[in-house]
Amino acid sequence: MLTFVPRLVIDAADLMVALLFMYGLWRMSSPVTAPSGIRVAGLGMLVAVFASFLYLFGVSAAAKPHLAINIGLAVIALVVGGGVAWWSGRRVAMTSMPQMVALYNGMGGGAAGAIAAVELFGNKAHSATQLVVTLVGALIGAVSLSGSLIAWSKLDGVIKQPLRARGQKIFNAAIMVATLAVGAYLVFAAQGAAQPWMSTPHLIELYFGLALLFGVLMTLPIGGADMPVVISIYNAFTGLAVGLEGFVLQNPALMIAGMVVGAAGLLLTLLMAKAMNRSVSNVLFTNFGAVPRHKQGAIKGALKPTAPGDAGIAMRYSSSVIIVPGYGLAVAQGQGKLFEFVKLLQAGGVSVKFAVHPVAGRMPGQMDVLLAEAGVPYDMIFQLEDINNDFASTDIALVIGANDVVNPAARTDKSSPIFGMPILNADQAKRVFVVKRGEGKGYAGIVNALFYADNCNMVYGDAQAVLIGMIEAVRGLGLPAAA
Amino acid sequence: MTFQIAIDGFVALYIFMLAGFAGWVIIGRVPAILHTPLMSGSNFVHGIVVVGGLYALLNASNGLEQWIGFFAVLLGAGNAAGGYAVTDRMLAMFQTSERTPAHFKAGHARTGHVKARPTRQA
Repeated sequence: MLTFVPRLVIDAADLMVALLFMYGLWRMSSPVTAPSGIRVAGLGMLVAVFASFLYLFGVSAAAKPHLAINIGLAVIALVVGGGVAWWSGRRVAMTSMPQMVALYNGMGGGAAGAIAAVELFGNKAHSATQLVVTLVGALIGAVSLSGSLIAWSKLDGVIKQPLRARGQKIFNAAIMVATLAVGAYLVFAAQGAAQPWMSTPHLIELYFGLALLFGVLMTLPIGGADMPVVISIYNAFTGLAVGLEGFVLQNPALMIAGMVVGAAGLLLTLLMAKAMNRSVSNVLFTNFGAVPRHKQGAIKGALKPTAPGDAGIAMRYSSSVIIVPGYGLAVAQGQGKLFEFVKLLQAGGVSVKFAVHPVAGRMPGQMDVLLAEAGVPYDMIFQLEDINNDFASTDIALVIGANDVVNPAARTDKSSPIFGMPILNADQAKRVFVVKRGEGKGYAGIVNALFYADNCNMVYGDAQAVLIGMIEAVRGLGLPAAA
Repeated sequence: MTFQIAIDGFVALYIFMLAGFAGWVIIGRVPAILHTPLMSGSNFVHGIVVVGGLYALLNASNGLEQWIGFFAVLLGAGNAAGGYAVTDRMLAMFQTSERTPAHFKAGHARTGHVKARPTRQA
């Protein structure tokens, strides 16, 4: 039992932590205040960690003899875990950010699951409610851990193809039912209403094993381009698991922080799913690549390839350009060259803007970060709803490494699988250049009518090489900078 | 667990409901351009789980609990430190242009002095 003073300090610290977290997230609503926002939240975290060492004044009699070792272990875990993660977080490339976030997220889920495991193995739950909440938190945390690890390995290229099998959905459902059954059995056994058919620790191990397996199986069939939704979901899951374990530990700071993140993850999940024109359950439970081919309406026109230099010069002589960057640009590491080209255009008096689709990248907003890293000021970056009306009055739209997000079929072709998906209206610009590696189809596997439109020219090649070609051509003009 | 005030039943539900609501409203204000740092930032926030891990580890009374508690603190600390490091790095990259030319704000409807010359046809 904690004495009055440490108890008071911990409670006050928790209150402050909740306040600092919420205020920090509040400040994330603008690029100007956001850097201070994360520092405010970081301060909250430091306060929470230091205050939680006061728990050592109130450990149970059983734990007293181990206290010195426990403190040592805690310090080692903090230094090693925090140190390694800090070091990797400082070094990771911006293009690898989605897998890094997935990894950190899995760690959080694992930590929540581990806390639940301590509670369960130690038989510390005092009531059925507490036991149920612990079990639910354990389930969500474990699924988040194993699911995030699979997401990480997919994003990192360890697993290259979505793994799909017949009857997968039924098998996954069976695993889920089995997990829930074991959980329910644990609750009944704890109430004395059922005789355990195996020892409780083994049942708990089985429960965790099934939950982890479910996370793996659930994530394996999901394709790479659906990752924005998956990462958002696991973020919400981990938040929820943390919140529930916070209830078990009777710690309001964990409850509040966990639930805030849970709501945030849910919001982002819905936003991403909407931007992909699919429901969340569709992403999770439908194998998108396996959608039967629909009959494509006849496409008029032809692909008209053009040289990078010609496209570059055309843009230099135009008065307004909107650039639509897609994941292909990031794959080719072309962001730096792109901004160099943009600066050349701007020096010539051309108005340049960037139009970013919500799902450009492997996690929400990744393209914005990649552009920011290349040095593009954020006041040049516009989101879909803010810029879509501008295409019609723009001279040239330059589409780089994006495909489905500029496919006009989403507006016009009711039979198209992407019909209704919000797209960037690049086709409405007076002229369109599409930089693309080859004639392949987009992720959705459908032909893009834009590429065949009269006002569209294709520039084939690696995005970086094409941009270098454009830069050289414009420099070769030797034009003075516009007044 | 012995605490002065029990957060139980409906009190817990009130906390969850209000926190969820606050999260939804706060996150809803964040512009799409910041969604990646927001995600890693909220990722960092659930790193608070490290506090729960510390509680479990400090109260561990046998080898198994010590192991799992150690694991919880290790992962929680990694979650918090890593989430902070990447969020801070990303947010530092968002810079505004020193000069904000008028045509960025007014849209590109520049009528004017740089007349578009005929473009070369490919």
